[in-house]
Amino acid sequence: MDQRLFVKGNEAVAMGALAAGCRFYFGYPITPQSDIPEYMARELPRLGGTFIQAESEIASINMLLGASACGMRAMTSSSSPGISLKQEGLSYMAGSELPGLVVNICRSGPGLGGIDASQADYFQAVKGGGHGGYRLIVLAPHSVQEMYDLAMLAFDLSDLYRMPAMLLGDSVIGQMKEALVPHPRPQIELPAKDWVVSGKGSRSEQRIVKSLFLGDGELEAHNWKLYHRYQLLQERESRWEALYLDDAELIVTAFGVTARIARSAVRMAREGGLKVGMIRPITLFPFPQKAFFKATGVVKKVLCFELNTGQMVEDVRLSAARDAEVFFYGRPPGAGSLPTPEELCEQIERHHGRSA
Amino acid sequence: MTKVDTPVFTAPRSLKKVVTHFCPGCQHGTVHRLVAEALDHFAVQARTIGVASVGCSVFLYEYFDIDVVEAPHGRAPAVATGVKRALPDRIVFTYQGDGDLAAIGTSEIIHAANRGEGMTVIFVNNSTYGMTGGQMAPTTLPGQKTSTSPYGRDIANDGRPIRMAELLTQLDGTSYSARVAVNTPRNVLAAGKAVRKAFQTQIEGRGFSFVEILSTCPTNWGVSPLEANERIATEMIPCFPLGTFKDWALDAPGTGAK
Repeated sequence: MDQRLFVKGNEAVAMGALAAGCRFYFGYPITPQSDIPEYMARELPRLGGTFIQAESEIASINMLLGASACGMRAMTSSSSPGISLKQEGLSYMAGSELPGLVVNICRSGPGLGGIDASQADYFQAVKGGGHGGYRLIVLAPHSVQEMYDLAMLAFDLSDLYRMPAMLLGDSVIGQMKEALVPHPRPQIELPAKDWVVSGKGSRSEQRIVKSLFLGDGELEAHNWKLYHRYQLLQERESRWEALYLDDAELIVTAFGVTARIARSAVRMAREGGLKVGMIRPITLFPFPQKAFFKATGVVKKVLCFELNTGQMVEDVRLSAARDAEVFFYGRPPGAGSLPTPEELCEQIERHHGRSA
Repeated sequence: MTKVDTPVFTAPRSLKKVVTHFCPGCQHGTVHRLVAEALDHFAVQARTIGVASVGCSVFLYEYFDIDVVEAPHGRAPAVATGVKRALPDRIVFTYQGDGDLAAIGTSEIIHAANRGEGMTVIFVNNSTYGMTGGQMAPTTLPGQKTSTSPYGRDIANDGRPIRMAELLTQLDGTSYSARVAVNTPRNVLAAGKAVRKAFQTQIEGRGFSFVEILSTCPTNWGVSPLEANERIATEMIPCFPLGTFKDWALDAPGTGAK
C-alpha cells in the first residue's frame, strides 16, 4: 500500500476501520458525519460485510452491541445529538464488557445547536456520558492521517481491554481533506474472544453477555473489576504528543482541531522569541496525567485552549503539579467562529508575560 | 416378556433443571417450556442464541441452556439484528414483555419486522408491567386498574390497547404473526404449535416471525392463578382476539413469504 491519497477525515476514519477488519457498520445519518455511513454503504458489501442504516441512533448502537457480542469487529458513528441517544447502549456495552468503535464527529450544542466544530462533548465522552460510572477509551485525532491511524488503534485497544472505544473528532477534522498514507493494521497480539456468544455448539457451558448483576456482592465486584481495568489503561495506554518542552517556560495544551490552531500559535510565539512548549493529548481517556505532572514539575504554567467554555482544563488541573498555574482560554463556537492562530498567540504572549 | 417403559412426558433438553423465580401462577414458566420444546423439536439448541430483554423474563439465561445476550429495555430486536447479521446461520429469538415491546421498544420491533430480519419474537402480553410492580402498559385494557391507572385506564387520557400481532401483520417483512393464549390446556397446545411455526419460519429462512402470547400476572392483577386464567378468557381475548394473522404457508406470494 505505497500510496498517498487526498481524502476527507470522515473517509479516512472509515478506511481505517475497514483496514482494521471492521465488517459491520450500523448507523443513522446526521451532519457532519454522514460521509462515514455513505462510505460504508458503498464499500462494505464489496468486502462481504454488513451495512445497516438503522431506524435510529438507539437501534444502531444496540445492533453494534449484538454484533460485538458475537465477536465481530463492528462500529457506529454519529454526531453530538446522535451520540446522546447512543448513551444508553454505550452504558450497556461498558457493563457487558463489549468492544466496539463509536465515532463522534462533534458539532456544537447543546440541543440541536449548530453544525460547526465544537469540543463541548468532552465531558460526555470522557466522564461516562451514560449512567453507571463507566469509562470509554477516547481518542482525539487532529489530522486526516490520525483519523485513519486512531480508528485502527481504537479497535485493538477496545478488543484488548474489552470496552467500547470512542473516536472524538469534530466537524473540521471530519470535513477537511488532506494527505493520507494508508497502511495495513499493525500485528498486535490480542486475547482470544472466549466470551463470545455463538450458540453453544459442542460447548457444555452456555455463555451469557449481560450487565445485570443482582447476586450479593456481584455488582460491586464487577465494578471493581472495571475500575481496575481503567487504572491499567491509565498505566499503559496514555498517549500524547510533546513539542518543544525542553526549554519551555509555558506549556500550551489543546486537542483535536484546536491543537492544529494552537500549534500554529506556538510556532508564531517561538518565532517571536517566547519559549513555549505544547502537550497534545491523543488519548483523552486515559488522560495523559503523568505527562502533565512531569512537565509541570518544571514548567509551572499551562495554558489550555478548547472550543468550549472549559472542560479538558479540569483534567489538566487535576494532573498538574500542585504549585502549577493552569489557565484556560476558549469559547463555545458560533457559526464559523474558530479562533485564529494570532488570537491564540496573543493569549500565549499575555500568559507568558506574567512569568517574565 | 419385559415391558419397555416409554416416557410420554419429559423435561425439554433446552431447559435447565432448576427452580424458576417466577411468582405462583405466572405463565412465563409455561411459555419458556413451549419455546424450549420448539428448540428441541427442531434440534437447534446448540445453534440458538436468545436475546433477553428487561422485565421479569430477563433471567431466561438462568432457565434456558443456550447462549444469551441481554438487551437494554425495548432494544432486543435491534440487538437480535446485530446477532443475526453477525451469525446468519444461528437461530435467534427475542423474548419480550408488553412494556418492553409495545412501549419503549415500538420502534425497534416495527423496523426489525419491516426489514424481515430472520428472527423469532416471543411476545408475552399480560397487560401490565410485571417486574416494576403492576403499572399500566400499552396493552392494559380500558378500565383496567393498575398502579398508574388507579381509576382504571381512561382511553381519553391514555389511549386504547395496542394490538401488536395485527399491527405487525401490515408490514411486508413479517412472514408469520399469531396471537395465542396459555390459559387452558387446549390453548397451551395451540400456543405450542404457533411457537413451533414461528421457529420453522426462521429455520426455513422465511424472514420475521412473531407470536403474541396472552398470559397472566396474578400478583399484579391481584387475583388467584385460576381467576387470572379466567380473566384471560373473559377480558383479554375479547380485546385481543386469538388467531393467525399472517402465515407464509397460507398467504399469497408477495406478501412477505419468501
